[in-house]
Amino acid sequence: MLRITGGKVFDPANGINGEVRDVCILDGRIVADVEGGRTLNATGLVVFPGGVDVHTHVAGAALNFARAMIPEDHRRNTPFVRTAVRRGGIGGATPTTHVTGYLYAGMGWTTVNEAAVPILSARHTHEELRDTPIVDKTCCLLLANNEILLDLLEAGEIERATHVVAWQIWAAKAYGVKAVNPGGVAAWKWGKDAKQLLEPIEGYAKVTPAKIIAGLAGIVDALGLPHPLHLHCNNLGAPGNCATTLETMKVLEGRRAHLAHLQYHAYGGDDWPTMRSESVRVAEAFNARPNLTTDAGAVLFGDTVTITADGPWQHLLHKLTGRKWGNLDVENETGCGIVPYVYKEKNLVNAVQWAVGLELLLLIDDPWRVFLTTDHPNGAAFWRYPEIIQLLMDAEFRREQLKALPPKALKRIVLPELKRQYTLYEIAIVTSAGPARALGLTQKGHLGVGADADVALFNDSKDIAAMFAYPRYVIKGGEVVLEEGEIRKVVEGRGFLVRPTYDEKVEDYIRPLFQQYYTMSFDNYPVEMERIERPEIRPCTLIPDQ
Amino acid sequence: MSTILTLKEQPAVPLEAEVLTPDILAPLGPVEVRALPVFLGKRQYRLDEFFVVEGGGSDHLEIRGEAHNVKWIGRGMTGGRITVAGNVGMHLGAFMKGGTIEVSGHASDWVGAEMIGGMIHVWGNAGGQIGAAYRGSLSGMKGGTILVEGSAGMEIGMRMRRGLIAVKGPVRDFAGLQMKGGTIVLLGGAELRTGAWMVRGTIVTLQPIRLLPTFLYACCYNPVFLRLYVKHLHGLGFSMPYAAEEGAYHRYTGDTSVPGKGEILVWRPCAP
Repeated sequence: MLRITGGKVFDPANGINGEVRDVCILDGRIVADVEGGRTLNATGLVVFPGGVDVHTHVAGAALNFARAMIPEDHRRNTPFVRTAVRRGGIGGATPTTHVTGYLYAGMGWTTVNEAAVPILSARHTHEELRDTPIVDKTCCLLLANNEILLDLLEAGEIERATHVVAWQIWAAKAYGVKAVNPGGVAAWKWGKDAKQLLEPIEGYAKVTPAKIIAGLAGIVDALGLPHPLHLHCNNLGAPGNCATTLETMKVLEGRRAHLAHLQYHAYGGDDWPTMRSESVRVAEAFNARPNLTTDAGAVLFGDTVTITADGPWQHLLHKLTGRKWGNLDVENETGCGIVPYVYKEKNLVNAVQWAVGLELLLLIDDPWRVFLTTDHPNGAAFWRYPEIIQLLMDAEFRREQLKALPPKALKRIVLPELKRQYTLYEIAIVTSAGPARALGLTQKGHLGVGADADVALFNDSKDIAAMFAYPRYVIKGGEVVLEEGEIRKVVEGRGFLVRPTYDEKVEDYIRPLFQQYYTMSFDNYPVEMERIERPEIRPCTLIPDQ
Repeated sequence: MSTILTLKEQPAVPLEAEVLTPDILAPLGPVEVRALPVFLGKRQYRLDEFFVVEGGGSDHLEIRGEAHNVKWIGRGMTGGRITVAGNVGMHLGAFMKGGTIEVSGHASDWVGAEMIGGMIHVWGNAGGQIGAAYRGSLSGMKGGTILVEGSAGMEIGMRMRRGLIAVKGPVRDFAGLQMKGGTIVLLGGAELRTGAWMVRGTIVTLQPIRLLPTFLYACCYNPVFLRLYVKHLHGLGFSMPYAAEEGAYHRYTGDTSVPGKGEILVWRPCAP
């Protein structure tokens, strides 16, 4: 039992904007009132629902590969020394599992969506997620380059494809479906990419990226998954790719979709020297399509490591930078590339990328449809979110930062013209209420009766970055896990998943394909339920307010 | 008076003593110095459990005893002087920015790894990876000087960007591996694959060495810039021939497999 009293509450899902009121907690849930128990005096503090990260990479084979590839980053960062409460580990661009939980909770974020899980490494991913304490977890399954699925789309067997997708989601114990560079990763296995949405991809006569996008978005809707298709568009990172992004929006034709890390898909120009921001065009098109949500995938200057299933892009990045390159081939399902990277403010391309992420967050009108992410660790590590919040809330601070960019870059961005400043209410939307709603997690992102008691209390300070980097208290599932800047208690998070309905006979179709093409035995493929930490199966029904 | 640390007995496993720098010791009195933390394996101990501490408050640190199992001496130091009467363990002067370290005996691997400035002089032999980049890092030493009177091990100057390494004795394989700049002077020659994947920088050898086939012969000359090095090294006790009447340097460029624009200068004395 806990009563938080005297704090200014920001709960956008319930229309509460800075009202001083009590928040009461009983048995891990928000309740209307509570008798007895501990009282937290939150006078002078602001009270937010726990943060929800709609797109991050915190677990799985690719992340582990990246961890192994960047010992120099581990050395640079202060180690987390074991205490009576915490386990040891390292931070940096790819924090170890336990440290990931401590760092998220240490900023007041309590739910994360691991955005890219191949079925073949889903078991490993769930084991790492299980080792990531405090935060609740969902994960999205990589399907847009799954060859069983592509073969069905080629044959026009949409109904069977729907059953296969449902079976695969349950086999991976996933929550949603992710499409990464649709068709491009399958083509990469022949050393090609898929840059044109309407051209058949390598190895297929009829399947185009557009068909994969429309097909998967339709299947996700037909299955009633709470989270729409999580889409990493084709042509990520390339100059002039806004044309592909705008075309993708048209291809979706009103179907639900979440466009991941939009910053990487909003560039103009013909080549690197002419690259410029096209955030205005992309934001306009996005604003006109209420079927879409997005996350920023913002970039911050500094060292990081890029990890994506978009194998061809990572190869190009390796060629451009000369940095280390890791490439993973996940049999018939997907691929992955890893390249350490430094975003430099004096680099023209990086300066444009930095501006585009912020521009999109400022130009998209509806904060309920655009969310704060850095596509961790691709744009920057997640623990740098407070820096982005400061850039969004303080136009003067933004102007100061712009002075460090190369003069050429200023002519290619619109950020200097944007005066908008986020309010605390809007920050609560883009960091918590909005992403929770987009994920269909009805008990997250708000402080109404019945919600999970995930609450963050911050100092009401003018130093915005410090305010959001060091919450005074963090409550997870009703337990005070962080107090006065210190992790005081480590609780286990929950794993959310869905079980869409499918015809059990679809296994008879998948099993022989498996025996023919996979190195793994079919019976070893699906992830067992006991691998999931405190599993909770969410219903497959579309949420009305979406 | 110098701070004098005398090792009581050989630690059973390597002792991690990154507190042994003039920067940390100079402001401290003997009592505080004795209480400084060191790590034996994963356990933390006081410095005086391993060393007899005399003196204090000086930027000159003297270490006595058989310290070949004591690691990280002089890590990141920015000034002052360390003298070691005996051998030292791994990572001597790693990340150092200034000051001098002198070792009368042998040193282990990673001497001056990723150092930025200062000087390290080893009177005995040194291990491998002198002035090198730690695994995964882009650059090794970016400045400073490392002098070794004896031999050295593998991968010396790996990914070094600036600075000078001079070794009197023979060195093992992969000297100047992936070198990006700076100078390595090999007075006693080297074993295999010298300069592999080097992009820039200069390796000078006074002994004939077996070159990789990806190094191309350029010319035979007595480069003007080398006169400065000869003069500088002579002052440090490392004598190199230079005069045209004594011989000439054959210049090989490479490593063309990268492709690189580094150079290996091989001294050929005139026929007597």
